Amino acid sequence: MNAQVGRDNIVTQSLGQIGDCGLFLLRILAAVPRSMRHALETVRQLWFVGAMSLTIIMVCGLFVGMVLSLQLYHVLSIFGGTAATGTVVAIAIYRELGPVVTALLFAGRAGTSITAEIGLMRATDQIAAMELMAVDPLAYVVAPRFLAGLIAMPLLCCVFCAMGIFGGHLVGVTWLGIDNGTFWSNMTATVDVWQDIVNGVIWKSLAFGAVVSLIAVFQGFTAPPTSEGVAYATTRTVVASSIAILALDFVLTAFLM
Amino acid sequence: MTMPVPNTPDEQTLVRIRGLTTVLSGKKVFDGLDLDIPRGKVTAIMGPSGTGKTTLLKHITGQMRGDAGEVRVDGRNVPELGREQLYALRERIGYLFQNSALLTDFDVFENVAFPLRQHTRLPEVLIRNIVLTKLQAVGLRGAAALEPSELSGGMARRVALARAIVFDPMLILYDEPFVGLDPIALNQVLKLIRTLNQTLGITSVLVAHELEAIKQVADHVYLIANGKVVAQGDPKTIADDGSPWTRQFFGGEADGPVPFQYPAGDYAEALGFSRSSP
Repeated sequence: MNAQVGRDNIVTQSLGQIGDCGLFLLRILAAVPRSMRHALETVRQLWFVGAMSLTIIMVCGLFVGMVLSLQLYHVLSIFGGTAATGTVVAIAIYRELGPVVTALLFAGRAGTSITAEIGLMRATDQIAAMELMAVDPLAYVVAPRFLAGLIAMPLLCCVFCAMGIFGGHLVGVTWLGIDNGTFWSNMTATVDVWQDIVNGVIWKSLAFGAVVSLIAVFQGFTAPPTSEGVAYATTRTVVASSIAILALDFVLTAFLM
Repeated sequence: MTMPVPNTPDEQTLVRIRGLTTVLSGKKVFDGLDLDIPRGKVTAIMGPSGTGKTTLLKHITGQMRGDAGEVRVDGRNVPELGREQLYALRERIGYLFQNSALLTDFDVFENVAFPLRQHTRLPEVLIRNIVLTKLQAVGLRGAAALEPSELSGGMARRVALARAIVFDPMLILYDEPFVGLDPIALNQVLKLIRTLNQTLGITSVLVAHELEAIKQVADHVYLIANGKVVAQGDPKTIADDGSPWTRQFFGGEADGPVPFQYPAGDYAEALGFSRSSP
């Protein structure tokens, strides 16, 4: 009986959080025109969540491409199909690994810092101070971070994909000896710009960017103003973002395929 | 015993609170509170901890809304104001936080310049001059380039004060402005509050516990307890008005109309001792 009540509470709370998050998105969208006055703040956040995430995205992209190429080479060599290594690496990265891994890394690197920053601003009355100085925190703090995440994610995903392909080439061609021309020609012949680049890289990463940024700013803005509250909100950003990315990936793949 | 608040005309009253009732977490913080803040005067709000002094300031700025009653600032009922109107009103109100609430992304200069940059398009030279003037007033012009993390508590409070007065507002709300100040800074802040009041006619509301400091700067004192104004008057004489409220509060007595202990169950029972009848 108690377990049933507990489950009901968790379900009710989760649904309530999703509803609150949706309403918060509407408030952010309403604040976006007002946030244009603070365009410089959006650029500053773009630097922070985008440019500052480049290192981790590039390094991880490189290694994902390298390990993918290595694994595929050994599997495909069983069937004598190592020439397809470049094609499979590219499709796997463009359609799935690029957007998903970039989004997961983005949630861990930028999402958590956004949540912690906004949560601490609230805990130290900085948000209240802005409100009392007649500065809308949704327009000055939240919307620029949301927009920066939305813009940065597709760009970071492109960098991740480029580094992944480079890593795949490094292992496949330079190390394992696949013919350079075969690697590139098979890849360019198979990869479809609309299906793989636009649907895979652009749309997915835009959707993931919106979801991760929304969760990060929502968790930060609604975090209890205590150290434990901020810590818990930061953890929730990673957990909720990871689940949302993977669930949304399935839905988007089903619709975009 | 609730002291009646006289009905003064609106031209003389900047903040008028009538019948304010607020319930927070089942506890009645205000119970039909009536209070007037006269224009161009320094008014102090005093009372035991937890009586809602800071909450009262939040009602004046529209951060909180009561369950009943009205809070009029400059003739406008704050709970009824829309976002734009409320922000327009807040541009004319300065607020000094208990914990300073400086923006940690900016240095001292930019913290003070923040409201100017957000609400005006003044040339940089003018912004610089205004900010340096305000920092000079609080004795921290030399600290303009410091980060908030490099400031002591008292210095941060003075920077927050410079930020609160950067617009020369019609009303400044000071939440515990004297906490953490050394005697020199305390004296300077007292002088500054008085100067702002006398030279610019700025209305000031102080929430504080330091009666000696309040005696030097305030024109009028309200003592709040049990959700109501229980005493009011001249700060120099209020302690001697003979009421049990003022006697307990200013005398620092544990016994009196305000219970020292937060409501709790039986003490012996809480300690695990059972009371046995003789």
